[in-house]
Amino acid sequence: MSGHRRVDIVVVGAGPAGLAAATTAAAGGRRVLVIDQALRTGGQVWRHRSEATLPKRARESMARAQSAGVTFALDAQVVDANSPHELIVDFRGRMARVGTEALILATGAKERFLPFPGWTLPGVTGIGGLQALVKSGLRLPGRRVVLAGTGPLLLPVAATLAASGAEVLLVAEQAGGARVLRFALSLLGSPHKLLEGLRYRSAFLSTPYRTAAWVTRADGTSQLRTVTVHERGEQRTIECDWLGAAMGLVPNTELAQLLGCAVRDGAIVVGEAQETSVPGVWAAGECTGVKGDDASIAEGVIAGGAAGGERHRVHRAAVRARASGRRFAKRMDETFALRPEVRALADADTIVCRCEDVTRGQLDPAWSQRQAKLWARLGMGACQGAVCGPACAAMFGWGDNAPRPPLQAPLLGPWGDALSGEGQEPPRNS
Amino acid sequence: MSVGDLTILVDDVPRRVPAGTTVAVALLQLGITEFRRDLSGRPRGPLCAMGSCFECRVTIDGVADVRACLTVVQDGMRVERVR
Repeated sequence: MSGHRRVDIVVVGAGPAGLAAATTAAAGGRRVLVIDQALRTGGQVWRHRSEATLPKRARESMARAQSAGVTFALDAQVVDANSPHELIVDFRGRMARVGTEALILATGAKERFLPFPGWTLPGVTGIGGLQALVKSGLRLPGRRVVLAGTGPLLLPVAATLAASGAEVLLVAEQAGGARVLRFALSLLGSPHKLLEGLRYRSAFLSTPYRTAAWVTRADGTSQLRTVTVHERGEQRTIECDWLGAAMGLVPNTELAQLLGCAVRDGAIVVGEAQETSVPGVWAAGECTGVKGDDASIAEGVIAGGAAGGERHRVHRAAVRARASGRRFAKRMDETFALRPEVRALADADTIVCRCEDVTRGQLDPAWSQRQAKLWARLGMGACQGAVCGPACAAMFGWGDNAPRPPLQAPLLGPWGDALSGEGQEPPRNS
Repeated sequence: MSVGDLTILVDDVPRRVPAGTTVAVALLQLGITEFRRDLSGRPRGPLCAMGSCFECRVTIDGVADVRACLTVVQDGMRVERVR
Protein backbone atom coordinates (compact mmCIF):
# COMPACT_ATOMS: atom_id res chain seq x y z
CA MET A 1 0.00 0.00 0.00
CA SER A 2 1.51 3.35 -0.98
CA GLY A 3 2.22 5.95 1.68
CA HIS A 4 1.97 3.33 4.36
CA ARG A 5 4.68 3.14 6.97
CA ARG A 6 4.89 0.54 9.73
CA VAL A 7 6.47 0.87 13.16
CA ASP A 8 6.12 -1.11 16.38
CA ILE A 9 4.89 1.74 18.56
CA VAL A 10 3.48 5.18 17.82
CA VAL A 11 3.52 7.76 20.60
CA VAL A 12 1.28 10.78 20.05
CA GLY A 13 2.74 13.78 21.89
CA ALA A 14 6.37 14.71 22.57
CA GLY A 15 5.96 16.25 26.02
CA PRO A 16 7.42 14.79 29.23
CA ALA A 17 5.10 11.74 29.23
CA GLY A 18 5.51 10.98 25.52
CA LEU A 19 9.31 11.28 25.68
CA ALA A 20 9.46 8.96 28.70
CA ALA A 21 7.13 6.43 27.06
CA ALA A 22 9.05 6.47 23.78
CA THR A 23 12.44 6.13 25.48
CA THR A 24 11.30 3.21 27.64
CA ALA A 25 9.77 1.38 24.68
CA ALA A 26 12.75 2.03 22.39
CA ALA A 27 15.18 0.87 25.08
CA GLY A 28 13.37 -2.46 24.91
CA GLY A 29 14.29 -2.73 21.24
CA ARG A 30 11.05 -1.54 19.65
CA ARG A 31 10.86 0.81 16.65
CA VAL A 32 9.17 3.91 18.05
CA LEU A 33 7.77 6.92 16.16
CA VAL A 34 6.73 10.03 18.13
CA ILE A 35 4.28 12.38 16.42
CA ASP A 36 3.80 15.97 17.62
CA GLN A 37 2.25 19.04 16.02
CA ALA A 38 4.89 21.37 17.43
CA LEU A 39 8.20 22.07 15.72
CA ARG A 40 10.21 20.99 18.74
CA THR A 41 9.95 18.27 21.33
CA GLY A 42 9.04 19.09 24.93
CA GLY A 43 5.33 19.77 24.72
CA GLN A 44 3.90 22.80 26.50
CA VAL A 45 5.77 22.34 29.78
CA TRP A 46 9.19 22.21 28.10
CA ARG A 47 8.40 24.69 25.32
CA HIS A 48 11.64 26.33 24.22
CA ARG A 49 13.38 28.27 21.46
CA SER A 50 16.79 26.99 22.41
CA GLU A 51 17.64 23.88 24.42
CA ALA A 52 20.08 25.95 26.49
CA THR A 53 17.12 27.61 28.25
CA LEU A 54 15.60 24.30 29.34
CA PRO A 55 15.91 22.73 32.77
CA LYS A 56 18.50 19.94 32.98
CA ARG A 57 15.80 17.31 33.39
CA ALA A 58 14.20 18.30 30.08
CA ARG A 59 17.50 18.27 28.17
CA GLU A 60 18.33 14.85 29.60
CA SER A 61 14.91 13.49 28.71
CA MET A 62 15.32 14.65 25.10
CA ALA A 63 18.87 13.30 24.88
CA ARG A 64 17.79 9.90 26.23
CA ALA A 65 15.06 9.63 23.60
CA GLN A 66 17.57 10.44 20.85
CA SER A 67 20.14 7.92 22.05
CA ALA A 68 17.48 5.22 22.49
CA GLY A 69 16.84 5.54 18.75
CA VAL A 70 13.37 7.13 18.89
CA THR A 71 12.24 8.65 15.58
CA PHE A 72 10.37 11.95 15.62
CA ALA A 73 7.80 13.34 13.20
CA LEU A 74 7.37 16.97 14.25
CA ASP A 75 5.04 19.54 12.70
CA ALA A 76 2.71 16.56 12.14
CA GLN A 77 -0.68 15.65 13.50
CA VAL A 78 -2.97 12.67 13.64
CA VAL A 79 -6.20 13.67 11.90
CA ASP A 80 -8.00 10.32 11.84
CA ALA A 81 -7.62 6.68 12.75
CA ASN A 82 -8.99 3.73 10.80
CA SER A 83 -8.21 1.62 13.89
CA PRO A 84 -5.74 1.82 16.79
CA HIS A 85 -3.33 0.13 14.37
CA GLU A 86 -3.70 2.53 11.45
CA LEU A 87 -3.50 6.29 11.84
CA ILE A 88 -3.92 8.96 9.21
CA VAL A 89 -1.29 11.59 9.78
CA ASP A 90 -0.84 15.04 8.26
CA PHE A 91 2.93 15.46 7.77
CA ARG A 92 3.35 19.14 6.92
CA GLY A 93 0.45 19.09 4.52
CA ARG A 94 1.10 15.59 3.15
CA MET A 95 -1.14 12.77 4.30
CA ALA A 96 0.12 9.30 5.08
CA ARG A 97 -1.09 6.20 6.83
CA VAL A 98 1.00 4.90 9.70
CA GLY A 99 0.59 1.29 10.80
CA THR A 100 1.56 0.32 14.34
CA GLU A 101 1.24 -2.59 16.74
CA ALA A 102 0.74 -0.38 19.76
CA LEU A 103 -0.33 3.19 20.31
CA ILE A 104 0.53 5.39 23.30
CA LEU A 105 -1.50 8.58 23.72
CA ALA A 106 0.44 11.33 25.46
CA THR A 107 -1.66 14.18 24.14
CA GLY A 108 -1.36 16.41 27.19
CA ALA A 109 -3.80 19.05 28.32
CA LYS A 110 -5.09 22.38 27.15
CA GLU A 111 -6.41 25.42 28.95
CA ARG A 112 -10.07 25.61 29.85
CA PHE A 113 -11.59 28.87 28.66
CA LEU A 114 -14.87 30.03 30.18
CA PRO A 115 -16.79 32.69 28.25
CA PHE A 116 -17.32 36.15 29.73
CA PRO A 117 -18.36 39.39 28.00
CA GLY A 118 -15.41 40.66 25.93
CA TRP A 119 -13.37 37.44 25.96
CA THR A 120 -13.09 37.47 22.16
CA LEU A 121 -11.23 40.81 22.07
CA PRO A 122 -7.65 40.71 20.77
CA GLY A 123 -5.40 41.04 23.83
CA VAL A 124 -7.36 38.43 25.78
CA THR A 125 -5.40 35.17 25.72
CA GLY A 126 -4.95 32.11 27.85
CA ILE A 127 -2.62 32.19 30.84
CA GLY A 128 -0.42 29.39 29.56
CA GLY A 129 -1.16 30.94 26.15
CA LEU A 130 0.44 34.25 27.10
CA GLN A 131 3.35 32.35 28.60
CA ALA A 132 3.73 30.35 25.38
CA LEU A 133 3.86 33.58 23.35
CA VAL A 134 6.55 34.97 25.65
CA LYS A 135 8.52 31.70 25.48
CA SER A 136 8.27 31.98 21.68
CA GLY A 137 9.85 35.43 21.79
CA LEU A 138 7.11 37.99 22.57
CA ARG A 139 8.50 40.80 24.66
CA LEU A 140 6.21 42.87 26.85
CA PRO A 141 8.29 45.78 28.16
CA GLY A 142 6.08 48.04 30.26
CA ARG A 143 2.93 46.27 29.09
CA ARG A 144 0.20 46.12 31.71
CA VAL A 145 -1.03 42.57 32.26
CA VAL A 146 -3.80 41.07 34.37
CA LEU A 147 -3.89 37.32 34.98
CA ALA A 148 -7.17 35.76 36.04
CA GLY A 149 -7.69 32.07 36.54
CA THR A 150 -7.13 29.29 39.02
CA GLY A 151 -4.47 26.89 40.17
CA PRO A 152 -0.72 26.75 40.52
CA LEU A 153 0.01 27.80 36.90
CA LEU A 154 -0.74 31.44 37.78
CA LEU A 155 2.45 31.84 39.80
CA PRO A 156 5.09 30.68 37.29
CA VAL A 157 3.35 32.57 34.48
CA ALA A 158 3.31 35.80 36.50
CA ALA A 159 7.03 35.28 37.12
CA THR A 160 7.75 34.67 33.41
CA LEU A 161 5.83 37.80 32.40
CA ALA A 162 7.49 39.96 35.04
CA ALA A 163 10.88 38.71 33.81
CA SER A 164 9.95 39.71 30.25
CA GLY A 165 9.40 43.28 31.41
CA ALA A 166 5.63 43.24 31.80
CA GLU A 167 3.94 45.12 34.60
CA VAL A 168 1.71 42.48 36.17
CA LEU A 169 -1.05 44.58 37.73
CA LEU A 170 -3.02 41.79 39.32
CA VAL A 171 -3.11 38.01 39.67
CA ALA A 172 -6.72 37.00 40.37
CA GLU A 173 -7.30 33.48 41.77
CA GLN A 174 -10.94 32.44 41.79
CA ALA A 175 -10.53 29.97 44.67
CA GLY A 176 -11.08 31.27 48.18
CA GLY A 177 -8.16 32.29 50.41
CA ALA A 178 -8.73 29.63 53.08
CA ARG A 179 -8.62 26.85 50.49
CA VAL A 180 -5.49 28.22 48.86
CA LEU A 181 -3.79 28.54 52.26
CA ARG A 182 -4.69 24.94 53.16
CA PHE A 183 -3.29 23.81 49.82
CA ALA A 184 -0.05 25.74 50.39
CA LEU A 185 0.31 24.20 53.87
CA SER A 186 -0.30 20.72 52.47
CA LEU A 187 2.76 21.25 50.27
CA LEU A 188 4.88 21.10 53.44
CA GLY A 189 4.76 17.35 52.77
CA SER A 190 6.44 17.90 49.37
CA PRO A 191 9.07 20.56 50.07
CA HIS A 192 10.33 20.85 46.48
CA LYS A 193 6.87 21.93 45.31
CA LEU A 194 6.60 24.45 48.15
CA LEU A 195 10.04 25.87 47.35
CA GLU A 196 9.08 26.15 43.71
CA GLY A 197 5.95 28.11 44.66
CA LEU A 198 7.89 30.41 46.99
CA ARG A 199 10.50 31.08 44.32
CA TYR A 200 7.79 32.09 41.84
CA ARG A 201 6.03 34.21 44.45
CA SER A 202 9.25 36.05 45.29
CA ALA A 203 9.78 36.80 41.59
CA PHE A 204 6.79 39.13 41.60
CA LEU A 205 6.33 40.06 45.25
CA SER A 206 5.19 43.57 44.36
CA THR A 207 2.27 42.13 42.35
CA PRO A 208 -1.08 41.88 44.11
CA TYR A 209 -2.17 38.23 44.33
CA ARG A 210 -5.87 38.13 45.20
CA THR A 211 -7.90 35.08 46.10
CA ALA A 212 -11.69 34.87 45.63
CA ALA A 213 -11.22 37.25 42.67
CA TRP A 214 -12.14 36.85 39.01
CA VAL A 215 -12.65 38.88 35.84
CA THR A 216 -16.30 39.54 35.00
CA ARG A 217 -15.83 41.37 31.69
CA ALA A 218 -13.30 42.82 29.27
CA ASP A 219 -13.91 45.95 27.20
CA GLY A 220 -12.38 47.66 24.20
CA THR A 221 -13.25 48.33 20.56
CA SER A 222 -10.58 46.84 18.33
CA GLN A 223 -8.59 45.44 21.24
CA LEU A 224 -8.56 45.07 25.00
CA ARG A 225 -8.61 48.32 26.99
CA THR A 226 -10.03 47.47 30.41
CA VAL A 227 -11.01 44.50 32.52
CA THR A 228 -13.53 44.47 35.34
CA VAL A 229 -12.59 42.40 38.35
CA HIS A 230 -14.86 41.03 41.03
CA GLU A 231 -13.08 41.01 44.34
CA ARG A 232 -14.67 40.42 47.73
CA GLY A 233 -18.08 41.57 46.68
CA GLU A 234 -16.90 44.65 44.79
CA GLN A 235 -16.27 45.37 41.12
CA ARG A 236 -13.39 47.48 39.93
CA THR A 237 -12.15 48.32 36.45
CA ILE A 238 -8.47 48.18 35.52
CA GLU A 239 -6.84 49.56 32.35
CA CYS A 240 -4.49 47.01 30.81
CA ASP A 241 -2.93 45.82 27.53
CA TRP A 242 -3.18 42.06 28.03
CA LEU A 243 -5.45 39.75 29.97
CA GLY A 244 -4.43 36.14 30.50
CA ALA A 245 -7.64 34.35 31.41
CA ALA A 246 -8.23 30.61 31.72
CA MET A 247 -9.73 28.33 34.34
CA GLY A 248 -7.25 25.51 34.81
CA LEU A 249 -6.34 22.71 32.42
CA VAL A 250 -8.39 19.97 30.79
CA PRO A 251 -7.03 16.73 29.28
CA ASN A 252 -6.84 16.43 25.49
CA THR A 253 -9.03 13.41 24.81
CA GLU A 254 -10.13 13.96 21.19
CA LEU A 255 -8.00 11.18 19.64
CA ALA A 256 -8.79 8.80 22.52
CA GLN A 257 -12.52 9.35 22.01
CA LEU A 258 -12.19 8.87 18.27
CA LEU A 259 -10.59 5.48 18.98
CA GLY A 260 -13.39 4.58 21.39
CA CYS A 261 -11.33 4.76 24.60
CA ALA A 262 -13.42 5.25 27.74
CA VAL A 263 -13.28 8.81 29.11
CA ARG A 264 -14.53 9.73 32.59
CA ASP A 265 -14.74 13.24 34.07
CA GLY A 266 -12.96 14.55 30.99
CA ALA A 267 -9.91 12.27 31.33
CA ILE A 268 -8.87 9.05 29.58
CA VAL A 269 -9.56 6.04 31.84
CA VAL A 270 -6.46 3.88 32.39
CA GLY A 271 -5.59 0.77 34.39
CA GLU A 272 -2.49 -0.26 36.36
CA ALA A 273 -0.28 -0.50 33.27
CA GLN A 274 -1.73 2.74 31.79
CA GLU A 275 -3.79 0.65 29.38
CA THR A 276 -6.98 2.25 28.05
CA SER A 277 -10.28 0.42 27.52
CA VAL A 278 -9.26 -0.28 23.90
CA PRO A 279 -6.75 -3.14 23.41
CA GLY A 280 -3.47 -1.94 21.91
CA VAL A 281 -3.89 1.63 23.20
CA TRP A 282 -2.13 3.03 26.27
CA ALA A 283 -2.27 6.59 27.64
CA ALA A 284 0.12 8.58 29.83
CA GLY A 285 0.49 12.05 31.26
CA GLU A 286 -1.98 14.92 31.57
CA CYS A 287 -4.42 13.35 29.09
CA THR A 288 -5.31 10.83 31.81
CA GLY A 289 -5.88 13.63 34.34
CA VAL A 290 -3.91 16.77 35.14
CA LYS A 291 -1.29 15.90 37.75
CA GLY A 292 2.05 17.60 36.97
CA ASP A 293 5.24 16.51 35.20
CA ASP A 294 6.65 14.10 37.82
CA ALA A 295 3.64 11.81 37.64
CA SER A 296 3.33 12.32 33.87
CA ILE A 297 6.87 11.09 33.34
CA ALA A 298 6.17 8.14 35.65
CA GLU A 299 3.07 7.24 33.65
CA GLY A 300 5.10 7.49 30.46
CA VAL A 301 7.68 5.03 31.78
CA ILE A 302 4.95 2.57 32.83
CA ALA A 303 3.05 2.90 29.53
CA GLY A 304 6.21 2.62 27.43
CA GLY A 305 7.21 -0.55 29.26
CA ALA A 306 3.78 -2.14 28.97
CA ALA A 307 3.20 -1.19 25.33
CA GLY A 308 6.73 -2.36 24.53
CA GLY A 309 5.86 -5.84 25.73
CA GLU A 310 7.58 -5.96 29.12
CA ARG A 311 5.72 -8.69 30.91
CA HIS A 312 7.43 -9.08 34.26
CA ARG A 313 9.22 -5.84 34.96
CA VAL A 314 7.69 -3.51 37.52
CA HIS A 315 8.86 0.11 37.47
CA ARG A 316 8.60 0.53 41.25
CA ALA A 317 9.87 4.12 41.43
CA ALA A 318 7.48 5.15 38.66
CA VAL A 319 4.53 3.45 40.37
CA ARG A 320 5.32 5.38 43.57
CA ALA A 321 5.71 8.69 41.72
CA ARG A 322 2.42 8.09 39.95
CA ALA A 323 0.59 7.45 43.23
CA SER A 324 2.01 10.57 44.82
CA GLY A 325 1.17 12.64 41.74
CA ARG A 326 -2.40 11.43 41.79
CA ARG A 327 -2.78 12.39 45.47
CA PHE A 328 -1.42 15.83 44.62
CA ALA A 329 -3.87 16.10 41.73
CA LYS A 330 -6.79 15.30 44.01
CA ARG A 331 -5.79 18.06 46.42
CA MET A 332 -5.46 20.47 43.50
CA ASP A 333 -8.89 19.57 42.17
CA GLU A 334 -10.48 20.15 45.59
CA THR A 335 -8.65 23.42 46.17
CA PHE A 336 -9.24 24.94 42.76
CA ALA A 337 -12.76 23.66 42.06
CA LEU A 338 -14.60 26.21 39.93
CA ARG A 339 -17.06 28.39 41.82
CA PRO A 340 -20.55 28.70 40.29
CA GLU A 341 -20.07 32.41 39.56
CA VAL A 342 -17.26 31.86 37.03
CA ARG A 343 -19.34 29.28 35.18
CA ALA A 344 -22.11 31.83 34.65
CA LEU A 345 -20.31 34.97 33.47
CA ALA A 346 -21.58 34.88 29.87
CA ASP A 347 -24.58 37.10 29.11
CA ALA A 348 -27.02 36.50 26.24
CA ASP A 349 -24.76 38.27 23.70
CA THR A 350 -21.52 36.60 24.79
CA ILE A 351 -20.05 34.31 22.14
CA VAL A 352 -19.61 30.74 23.36
CA CYS A 353 -18.48 29.03 20.12
CA ARG A 354 -15.78 31.35 18.80
CA CYS A 355 -15.55 29.68 15.39
CA GLU A 356 -19.24 29.86 14.48
CA ASP A 357 -20.10 32.94 16.59
CA VAL A 358 -22.79 31.10 18.58
CA THR A 359 -23.89 33.19 21.56
CA ARG A 360 -25.01 32.08 25.01
CA GLY A 361 -28.50 33.35 24.17
CA GLN A 362 -28.76 30.88 21.27
CA LEU A 363 -28.12 27.92 23.55
CA ASP A 364 -30.52 26.09 25.84
CA PRO A 365 -28.78 24.48 28.83
CA ALA A 366 -31.31 21.63 28.61
CA TRP A 367 -29.71 20.56 25.32
CA SER A 368 -26.74 18.24 24.92
CA GLN A 369 -23.54 19.23 23.12
CA ARG A 370 -24.74 17.17 20.16
CA GLN A 371 -28.07 18.97 20.03
CA ALA A 372 -26.26 22.32 20.21
CA LYS A 373 -24.11 21.16 17.30
CA LEU A 374 -27.11 20.17 15.20
CA TRP A 375 -29.31 23.13 16.05
CA ALA A 376 -26.92 26.02 16.61
CA ARG A 377 -23.70 24.94 14.82
CA LEU A 378 -21.83 25.00 18.14
CA GLY A 379 -18.43 23.31 17.75
CA MET A 380 -18.73 22.96 13.98
CA GLY A 381 -15.88 25.32 13.10
CA ALA A 382 -12.13 25.14 12.72
CA CYS A 383 -11.34 24.09 16.30
CA GLN A 384 -13.97 21.32 16.28
CA GLY A 385 -15.18 22.15 19.79
CA ALA A 386 -11.74 22.23 21.42
CA VAL A 387 -12.66 25.52 23.14
CA CYS A 388 -16.45 25.43 23.50
CA GLY A 389 -16.62 21.72 24.47
CA PRO A 390 -14.88 22.11 27.83
CA ALA A 391 -16.64 25.48 28.29
CA CYS A 392 -20.10 23.97 27.84
CA ALA A 393 -19.16 21.04 30.09
CA ALA A 394 -18.41 23.58 32.85
CA MET A 395 -21.36 25.90 32.09
CA PHE A 396 -24.12 23.37 31.42
CA GLY A 397 -22.71 20.00 32.46
CA TRP A 398 -22.75 18.77 28.85
CA GLY A 399 -20.52 15.73 28.62
CA ASP A 400 -20.87 14.42 25.10
CA ASN A 401 -18.29 16.38 23.15
CA ALA A 402 -17.21 13.29 21.20
CA PRO A 403 -15.26 14.34 18.13
CA ARG A 404 -15.67 13.22 14.56
CA PRO A 405 -12.91 12.99 12.01
CA PRO A 406 -11.03 14.92 10.81
CA LEU A 407 -9.80 15.93 14.27
CA GLN A 408 -8.46 19.18 12.90
CA ALA A 409 -9.27 20.65 9.55
CA PRO A 410 -6.53 19.48 7.19
CA LEU A 411 -6.00 20.90 3.74
CA LEU A 412 -8.52 19.39 1.36
CA GLY A 413 -5.98 18.29 -1.26
CA PRO A 414 -3.94 16.03 1.02
CA TRP A 415 -7.15 14.76 2.65
CA GLY A 416 -8.39 13.57 -0.71
CA ASP A 417 -5.03 11.90 -1.35
CA ALA A 418 -5.27 10.00 1.91
CA LEU A 419 -8.79 8.81 1.19
CA SER A 420 -7.81 7.63 -2.27
CA GLY A 421 -4.73 5.82 -0.94
CA GLU A 422 -2.32 8.20 -2.68
CA GLY A 423 -0.74 9.47 0.55
CA GLN A 424 2.97 10.15 0.63
CA GLU A 425 5.66 8.35 2.53
CA PRO A 426 6.18 10.28 5.76
CA PRO A 427 9.59 11.79 6.45
CA ARG A 428 11.80 9.32 8.32
CA ASN A 429 13.21 11.95 10.59
CA SER A 430 12.62 15.53 11.52
CA MET B 1 18.92 28.50 15.59
CA SER B 2 19.56 31.38 13.23
CA VAL B 3 19.90 34.84 14.69
CA GLY B 4 19.16 38.31 13.37
CA ASP B 5 16.23 39.64 11.44
CA LEU B 6 14.44 38.63 8.28
CA THR B 7 11.73 40.15 6.11
CA ILE B 8 8.18 38.92 5.80
CA LEU B 9 5.31 40.48 3.84
CA VAL B 10 2.34 41.30 6.04
CA ASP B 11 -0.63 42.15 3.81
CA ASP B 12 1.90 42.98 1.06
CA VAL B 13 3.91 45.31 3.31
CA PRO B 14 7.55 44.26 3.95
CA ARG B 15 8.29 44.07 7.69
CA ARG B 16 11.48 43.17 9.54
CA VAL B 17 10.92 40.53 12.21
CA PRO B 18 13.23 38.48 14.45
CA ALA B 19 14.30 35.12 13.03
CA GLY B 20 13.33 31.97 14.89
CA THR B 21 10.02 33.20 16.22
CA THR B 22 6.49 32.25 15.24
CA VAL B 23 4.29 34.22 12.87
CA ALA B 24 1.95 34.93 15.81
CA VAL B 25 4.73 36.44 17.90
CA ALA B 26 6.13 38.33 14.90
CA LEU B 27 2.76 40.01 14.22
CA LEU B 28 2.15 40.82 17.89
CA GLN B 29 5.66 42.25 18.19
CA LEU B 30 4.81 44.53 15.22
CA GLY B 31 1.79 45.76 17.18
CA ILE B 32 -0.69 43.76 15.10
CA THR B 33 -3.30 42.23 17.40
CA GLU B 34 -6.07 41.63 14.85
CA PHE B 35 -5.35 38.37 12.99
CA ARG B 36 -8.78 37.76 11.52
CA ARG B 37 -12.37 38.93 11.75
CA ASP B 38 -15.31 36.91 12.96
CA LEU B 39 -18.54 36.36 11.02
CA SER B 40 -19.82 39.78 12.16
CA GLY B 41 -16.57 41.56 11.30
CA ARG B 42 -15.27 41.90 14.84
CA PRO B 43 -11.51 41.51 15.35
CA ARG B 44 -9.93 38.34 16.72
CA GLY B 45 -6.41 37.48 17.80
CA PRO B 46 -4.48 34.58 19.34
CA LEU B 47 -6.12 32.86 22.32
CA CYS B 48 -4.51 29.53 23.23
CA ALA B 49 -1.18 29.99 21.39
CA MET B 50 -0.79 26.19 21.42
CA GLY B 51 -2.53 25.12 18.24
CA SER B 52 -5.96 24.11 19.51
CA CYS B 53 -8.21 27.20 19.18
CA PHE B 54 -7.45 28.27 15.56
CA GLU B 55 -8.10 31.95 16.44
CA CYS B 56 -4.69 32.98 15.04
CA ARG B 57 -5.35 31.53 11.60
CA VAL B 58 -3.97 33.54 8.68
CA THR B 59 -3.09 32.89 5.05
CA ILE B 60 0.59 32.01 4.63
CA ASP B 61 2.17 31.82 1.16
CA GLY B 62 -1.30 31.45 -0.32
CA VAL B 63 -2.44 28.65 2.00
CA ALA B 64 -5.52 29.66 4.00
CA ASP B 65 -6.27 28.90 7.66
CA VAL B 66 -2.71 28.27 8.81
CA ARG B 67 -2.17 28.61 12.55
CA ALA B 68 0.24 31.49 13.11
CA CYS B 69 1.18 30.16 16.55
CA LEU B 70 2.59 26.92 15.10
CA THR B 71 4.39 28.43 12.11
CA VAL B 72 7.95 29.74 12.26
CA VAL B 73 8.74 32.85 10.18
CA GLN B 74 10.84 32.37 7.03
CA ASP B 75 12.52 35.07 4.95
CA GLY B 76 10.15 36.25 2.22
CA MET B 77 7.09 34.58 3.76
CA ARG B 78 3.78 36.16 2.69
CA VAL B 79 1.31 36.56 5.55
CA GLU B 80 -2.20 37.77 4.80
CA ARG B 81 -4.86 38.40 7.37
CA VAL B 82 -8.44 37.42 6.57
CA ARG B 83 -10.44 40.62 6.47
